[in-house]
Amino acid sequence: MNPVDTKPIERSATDELLQLAETWREPPGFWGWFRCVHHQTIGKRYIVTAFIFFLLGGILAALMRMQLIRPENRFLGPDLYNQIFTMHGTTMMFLFAVPMMFEALAVYLVPLMVGTRNIAFPRLNAYSYYLYLFGAIMVWVALLTNTGPDAGWFSYVPLSGPGFAPGKRVDFWAQMITFTEVSALAVAVEIVVTVFKLRAPGMSLNRLPMMVWAETIVSFLVIFAMPAIMLSSSMLILDRLVSTHFFNPAEGGDALLYQHLFWFFGHPEVYIIFIPGLGIVSTIVATFSRRHIFGYMVLVLSLIATGFLGFGVWVHHMFATGIAGMGRSFFSAASMMISIPTTVQIFCWLATLWGGKLNIKLPLLWIFGFFFVLVMGGLTGVMLGVIPVDIQVHDTYFVVAHFHYVLIGGAVFPLFGGFYYWFPKITGRMLNHTLGNWHFWLFSIGFNMTFFPMHSLGLKGMPRRIYTYQPEMGWTTLNRIATFGAGLMFIAVLLFLINVFWSRRRGVVAGENPWGAGTLEWATSSPPPPYNFVELPTVNGREAVWDAAPNQPVVRGLRTDMREVLATNVLDADPDHKELMPEPTIWPFLAALATTFLFIASIFTPWGLVWGLFPVAVTMTGWFWPKGKDKVNQEIVEAEDAARA
Amino acid sequence: MKHSAFSNLGSFLLGGNHSVTSPASPQAHQINGIWWLMFWVCGAAFVLTMLSMAGAIWRRRKAIEVDHARDSRRAAFVALASGIVVVVLFVFLVASAVGMKKTEYIETRNALTIQIIGHQWWWEIIYNDPVPSQIVTTANEIHVPVGKPVLILTSSRDVIHSFWAPNLNGKRDLIPGYQTAFWIQADHPGVYRGQCAEFCGHQHAHMGFEVIADPAGKYEQWKAAQILPAKEPEDDVKRHGREVFLSHPCVMCHTIRGTDAGSRVGPDLTHLASRGTIAAGTLKNTTGNLAGWIMNSQSIKPGNHMPSMSLQPDDLQALLAYLGSLQ
Repeated sequence: MNPVDTKPIERSATDELLQLAETWREPPGFWGWFRCVHHQTIGKRYIVTAFIFFLLGGILAALMRMQLIRPENRFLGPDLYNQIFTMHGTTMMFLFAVPMMFEALAVYLVPLMVGTRNIAFPRLNAYSYYLYLFGAIMVWVALLTNTGPDAGWFSYVPLSGPGFAPGKRVDFWAQMITFTEVSALAVAVEIVVTVFKLRAPGMSLNRLPMMVWAETIVSFLVIFAMPAIMLSSSMLILDRLVSTHFFNPAEGGDALLYQHLFWFFGHPEVYIIFIPGLGIVSTIVATFSRRHIFGYMVLVLSLIATGFLGFGVWVHHMFATGIAGMGRSFFSAASMMISIPTTVQIFCWLATLWGGKLNIKLPLLWIFGFFFVLVMGGLTGVMLGVIPVDIQVHDTYFVVAHFHYVLIGGAVFPLFGGFYYWFPKITGRMLNHTLGNWHFWLFSIGFNMTFFPMHSLGLKGMPRRIYTYQPEMGWTTLNRIATFGAGLMFIAVLLFLINVFWSRRRGVVAGENPWGAGTLEWATSSPPPPYNFVELPTVNGREAVWDAAPNQPVVRGLRTDMREVLATNVLDADPDHKELMPEPTIWPFLAALATTFLFIASIFTPWGLVWGLFPVAVTMTGWFWPKGKDKVNQEIVEAEDAARA
Repeated sequence: MKHSAFSNLGSFLLGGNHSVTSPASPQAHQINGIWWLMFWVCGAAFVLTMLSMAGAIWRRRKAIEVDHARDSRRAAFVALASGIVVVVLFVFLVASAVGMKKTEYIETRNALTIQIIGHQWWWEIIYNDPVPSQIVTTANEIHVPVGKPVLILTSSRDVIHSFWAPNLNGKRDLIPGYQTAFWIQADHPGVYRGQCAEFCGHQHAHMGFEVIADPAGKYEQWKAAQILPAKEPEDDVKRHGREVFLSHPCVMCHTIRGTDAGSRVGPDLTHLASRGTIAAGTLKNTTGNLAGWIMNSQSIKPGNHMPSMSLQPDDLQALLAYLGSLQ
């Protein structure tokens, strides 16, 4: 028996709508804030929090640029500078880029794009957000109390080990990893299940929007890459707290092992940040070329290939360690090979543009910026794959230039494009065009002014991570240009903030689908209601809105008095069964508090692990204990099923 | 005139005494060649991609309708361009393998071998010899004969450092628990600057060194002088200076061969006055700088392992006179 009827669109009765709104309403009031479990709410919190850490990381970058504006500057001493550059990298990678490109965008967009009412495991989702927030606050409080980590965002041993980094600085770093990785792993599981089981009927895998493909592939990357850094940071903290000597050469440990483990995570990490950016580019290019993307299959396979190859290139971070010739050549070849799928994607986008009817609006402008910056970063990346060139410019400002071109080009440019693109969906209002133009041009010029000279600085021999340099090295003028460029970027981001605050209240009202886009998030009001869609849609093609039949059916027969969603099968998204989603609850928040206590206490005493387990056990039990409305609803549904049988 | 403006820009962007593009050894020449090959090929690729994007914007911004008809022709373009990229990458891969072989493997039997040990934040340099009395230990200044391959053996006493003299070769990490080997060779006499390239803590920024390439005769002369123990002080002031050295904390960390000072924690000072710089390439080796360094090392390199000393003026002058005599 098919549990779901599909009928042509007919407007639901008003009271049914009211009931739907009441069922999915987020809990009100102060305490309600801690009980929310809807993906839109959690997604927006992720977006705002991650953006705040982008600003904080940017402030640290500005401080570094101030320090480097002239040789032998005494603005920041080495101790502060080392904390600041470590926290800049840590913040940008772990507290901004991954939470923004993966968690925030995936949590907010994926359920809307696949046409369902909520993310799978919504309570886990809330828990993941609080863990991320608490971990981020912990490491920033550490910095503000002059206990900021100072061994680099990579924390190489032995410099980060007990012998050379006394105090608690590096322990905060290692525990920050634990917090953010638990959070990312939780979201990865949610996204995989949401995409595989909660798609709208008809959205077979070969009709998945590119953005959803990107976030799904990234989820698998997270699942396979994060355990490596959990391992290395746990071994590091064990070395530091209970003297395990995993990485202590004097006791038979191995300093190089740490680097292998770190980069086995660290390189896929780059793609965890970059692949969602590619998803945004595919989305925006299709919408603003007003046509289906050219080479959908090739694009999907390229993303998957990138995900696989990303695990085979980590040794290119270690060419200077003296690993033997043949082994290095394999990694050199893999590093070049990984540029092929990205190149193919760029050609596909260009082909889409050439066959499109361009609608040059701000989101597309950022994608043009992306092309300029990312192609340059990709080409310097190929240079770094060539071992003789790499051992010259490795750990110099050339590499700093390269990865800022790749990461800002590959993630931040598409992200800003995505902000202009989805802001109307999230808030119901358009961002201001004039301010947006200023933002784009100032940011682009400032970016190139900051980072282009760094290519030269690297070739002129300036190593990374130095807190100062000597006047006779000839690096002064280029550093000064870079600092002024950073100033321009700073102003550009301020303009963006002003734009956001102004447009949120006074911007032009957007309507359902201001760009004429084709994916499902545009098939509902802006902002979407808490139940996402009045009636769950069905899908007839890759761009669900564009390809909809004149009387495209919708999903009927889901309850409106309970949080019920439709589960579909993995390959073809045929309706499979109905599923109840959990109600709002405070337990994930309490469990996150308990987990935070355990993680932070264990920095100060190994007993923290023992005593910390009790509150975690209590809150987790409370979380999973059947009770309240969830229990009642479950009983009603079971009774009805039994009656039908 | 035009040419000089162009070369001025070139030296602004690429010049200097620490530049990858000013090679002074066969290895660095090799790498420089590969770099310029990649620069031109990648530069061309960048320009072509940007032209293609600009073309699309120019031609399609006022398009009346979407064009699916020529998608199959576009597919052929994409396939062709991707094929070209694969071939170019393959050429780069071959360049990488050949370049690696040429920069890392040298066939020679009687190379000069120098051991370099990284410390926070200075370089210990040892010219090994089967005869213990012929071993030379110095710091932050590597003398090599011109035109002769030199095998560098690297290791570290504390954290990871990276040895890098861009005019001579790429960098090599110094990792505790590992010993690795690589080659340098200087084509012309000269002073080639180098600097630590792996983050190693507070004074990573002030961990420089110099490779000084001399004609064979001059090099041998230098080495013969280095083998000798420290010169006996020839007057009372210097004798007092030696007393100051031996009765203050200096002796806890430094060696001056020929005296009772024999600790290996800090740089060997036996021939300090023969060196061009102090504090790992941070300051020129002048009496004034040396005085500043001894009295105030924590202000010059904050966080370094040498404490700032407090000495009476007479003692300081005597110590400086003594150290200045250690040719």
